[in-house]
Amino acid sequence: MIKRFSVFLIMLGLGAIFLQLLLQYLPDESLNLSGRYYAENTASEVGAANIITAIIVTYRGLDTLGEVTVLFLTAAIVGLVLSRDQSQPRVKPADRPQPGELLSIGTQLLVPLILLFGAYIFINGHLTPGGGFQGGAILASATLLMLLTHPVKRFSHRLITRLESISGLVFVGVGMLGIILAGGFLDNRLLPLGEFGELFSAGTIPVIYAFIGLKVGAEFSSMLLKLAETEDN
Amino acid sequence: MEYIALTCGFLLILIGIYGALTQSNILRMIVAFTLANTGVNLVIVGIGYINGRTAPILDTAVPVAEAATRIIDPLPQALVLTAIVIGVGITALMLAYAYKLFTLKGSLDITAIKELKW
Repeated sequence: MIKRFSVFLIMLGLGAIFLQLLLQYLPDESLNLSGRYYAENTASEVGAANIITAIIVTYRGLDTLGEVTVLFLTAAIVGLVLSRDQSQPRVKPADRPQPGELLSIGTQLLVPLILLFGAYIFINGHLTPGGGFQGGAILASATLLMLLTHPVKRFSHRLITRLESISGLVFVGVGMLGIILAGGFLDNRLLPLGEFGELFSAGTIPVIYAFIGLKVGAEFSSMLLKLAETEDN
Repeated sequence: MEYIALTCGFLLILIGIYGALTQSNILRMIVAFTLANTGVNLVIVGIGYINGRTAPILDTAVPVAEAATRIIDPLPQALVLTAIVIGVGITALMLAYAYKLFTLKGSLDITAIKELKW
């Protein structure tokens, strides 16, 4: 009873705070200072048509490095927590129902297309909506489809781990090269900025985002694999 | 427009917190936390919106010279992209711990776990 009453009080308080925030909210009429800076200087300083990508990869590249690190830690901890007890017997492959024809043929057709689409999303991250994280999530959805079709068939953990470590190292390496050859850590002017709006422009942003995409795809795939393997117990 | 987004966001946060406080099944609590997370993201994106403006992507429709008067604030969107990715990580961690708890206790009921209760 006391618990229900305290929950009611908390909800009432939070609701009052949110209502107050909502009623006093005044929408902006123009960009604030930081937004105006990004709008005016992104094209000349970074050369990326997508300003959000310029912020994520270059202006706040260190945040993104931390974000990728958090994802890596998450994948590692999920692997640690769900690590399978080897002594328990596994379900025999023969006991499982076969995937339907629709699912298996559909997977063969769709997986290459999904991988291609994911690569398209992260390579064009500096021109169109999208980028490494979105593209990586799409790559991982291909893994999910393959897991649905062949729950027993195991993917190579070594391949995923290598892909992840190499992508992470390239990301940090490009950032370090920026200190030596350009203005600072993760500076994208390592490569020429190129013509604004072209695929090969914005310096190292497409390179960094492609490797972020591969890394995020590998991390999400390893999480999905770990979660799928626990079902076998 | 921004009021719709803000109202929905605040409502989602309230629903999420209510669910996390009242539900006793751990899976339902995880769903509630995810709802609250979505609400926070919606509020942040809604605050960055400016009426009548377009997405912060420069092309032929939004030339560089007019960018400052044509686009919405790009910073909240960049922050929310980060928040969404971290949210996925947190959800995966919660699910993994929930699975581990289930294998240890044989139940997903939070009231059955009394080790840290005082």
